[in-house]
Formats: sequence, C-alpha cells, structure tokens
Amino acid sequence: MKLIGELAVPLIIVFVMTYALIRGKDVFSGMTAGAKDGLKTIFGIAPALITLLPCIYMLRASGALDALCELLRPLLSRIGIPSETVPLMLIRPLSGSGALAVGSDIIKSNGADSFIGRCAAVMLGSSETTFYVIAVYFGAAGIKKSRHAIPAALIADIVGFMASVFCVRLFWG
Amino acid sequence: MLFSLIISLIVIFSLVFGTLNGSLPAVSAAAAEGAKDAVDLCLSLCGMICLWSGVMELMRRSGLSEKLSRLLRPILGRLFPTAAKDREAMDALSSNVSANLLGLGNAATPAGIRAAVRLNRLSGLSSASNELCLLVVMNTASIQLIPTTVASLRASLGASAPFDILPAVWLSSLLSVSAGILAAKLFERFSRL
Repeated sequence: MKLIGELAVPLIIVFVMTYALIRGKDVFSGMTAGAKDGLKTIFGIAPALITLLPCIYMLRASGALDALCELLRPLLSRIGIPSETVPLMLIRPLSGSGALAVGSDIIKSNGADSFIGRCAAVMLGSSETTFYVIAVYFGAAGIKKSRHAIPAALIADIVGFMASVFCVRLFWG
Repeated sequence: MLFSLIISLIVIFSLVFGTLNGSLPAVSAAAAEGAKDAVDLCLSLCGMICLWSGVMELMRRSGLSEKLSRLLRPILGRLFPTAAKDREAMDALSSNVSANLLGLGNAATPAGIRAAVRLNRLSGLSSASNELCLLVVMNTASIQLIPTTVASLRASLGASAPFDILPAVWLSSLLSVSAGILAAKLFERFSRL
C-alpha cells in the first residue's frame, strides 16, 4: 500500500508533464497558471477556516466533543465506526470548509497515521458537500421538486463513511 | 443561515459545557489556538494545493481530460439512456465526470450545470427527472483519482506518506458511488414525478 502511495505522486506528475510536452504545450505556463488558481483556492477557504477552527477547538476544549463521542460509542461500535469521526460525518454534507476544519482537528488530535486519523482522511477524500451540490445543480436547472435525489445522495454518503472505515481496516489491519 | 445558527450554537454550547465541566480556561485558550492553527494550516496547505492545481491545469490544457471524457462516454451512455441520444447532454455529462475524476473542481461544476440544464430541458419537467437525480447523486458522491486537499492536509499534520490513503479512498469512493447509483435506480421506481 505504501508503495502505491509513494509512487503515485511522482508518476502522475512525470506522466502529465511528458504528455503535455509531447503534445507541444507550454508546460511551465500551464503549471504556473494552475498554481495561481491554487492560490485563489487557498484565499477562498482561509476566511472560513479561520472562523470555523476556533469554534471546533472550543467545542473540543470544553469536553463536549469527547462527551458526545462517549455517548455514541456503544451505538457506533456495533457497526464498526469509531465515534471520534462523528463530528466529521455530521458536518461533511453541509459544509466543505467546515469538514476540512473538523477533519484537521480529528487528524491532529489523533495523529495523521493513527487508525482514526486515517479513517477521517479517507472519509474526507471520498465524500462531497452533498447539500451544496444539490442546491447548485437544482437551482441552476430551476427544479422545484428534488424527488429521490436527497435520500439517494445521503445513502451514498453513509455507505461511503462505512466503506472508509472498512477500507482503512482492510489496508492497515 | 442554518450554518450561522449551527456555529453560534456550537460556541454557546462550548461556553456552557466548559463552565459546568470546569474547563473554561481551556475553552478560551482554544479560540486563539484555533485561529492560529487555521493560518498555519492554510500556509502549509498552500504549496501542495498550488502544485497540484498546476498539474491539473496541465491535464486540462494538454487534452488529457478531454481524452478521459471520450473514454467515459460508453459507460455513461448506459447509465443515462435519454442523454445518450443527445450530443450536447453527453458532452457536458462526460466532461463533468472526467473533471470530477481528475479533481478539476473549477471545470466540473460548470459542465455539471450545463448537463443538468440540458437534461431538464430534454425531460420538459419542473421536477427532477430520473437522469437528473442520478447526475446529482454522482456529483454528491466524490469520485476523485487524486484527493489532493486531503493528502495536503495529512502532509501538513505529519503523515509519513500522505498519499498512502489513495487505494482506500478509491475503494470507498467506488463503493459510495455504486451505492448512490443503486439507490437512485431503486428509488426512481417509487418516487412520483
């Protein structure tokens, strides 16, 4: 597993650069234009992170987050989900920057290479801001009745969360 | 508005719980620490996100995402039978999915919206057609080959190999998208137009 993770990055970068070079594209200006977009992304999420992270930290420092985890542990351990990831699962469909803030709090307090830290990272990487996507797409198309879109999307989220824990167990025991 | 309410409640609840729990000093220190950590996080995420945005822009410019979107067409045609007969819908749909796969968020949303508008026009309904629901469900379940933001986050928080979660992310995304598609296909039989 570690090998794939270590090789994926350099291989992708080399492949993309070589492909662009063969196709006669300006590699340097493409990369710098993208980096400029990346800066815009960071500028976009920074205000939200600076607002949200203190809120999450306060909740954790008050002891409420741990109390919530303890409360839900018996229920969640039955389906094998670590209760530390509950805040992340709750906020993930609602807010992208909120999920990033909560995710970073969980990964930081449990360790990036710990079981819980890995679960949180995989959950974050394999899900989307469900309600935001639904609002944007249906809003643009002028849809009044969303029918089964929300329940189906939430089922995908729940299965994704359970699958994340399953995969971390599968790959790291 | 809902979100403003949630974060206000979180802060109020932290104060009340902190008072009862005797952890008020920790709560007030946490606010400052959170703000500082947020800035640190942004700075340490910045480099990796810029590098990957560069690689992704190059994928777009060199025609790699175009190529992927052509590869995806046959599969998407099966999932979206009505759209398969319409060139414009199929173009938008396949570039939406390929942009999602490659993590080109800036390209995925406009293409997805074009596909949504076109699918809605083809159905002529004011409620979401089966295929439009499926499009939305596929977009709410992330299908990303390189989850750059999460990997950057792990790197900045001290992971020894930030990308070693790739296979786990791929498998769980695949399971989540499949579950979403199955659920959408199942529910469309029972939900009225």
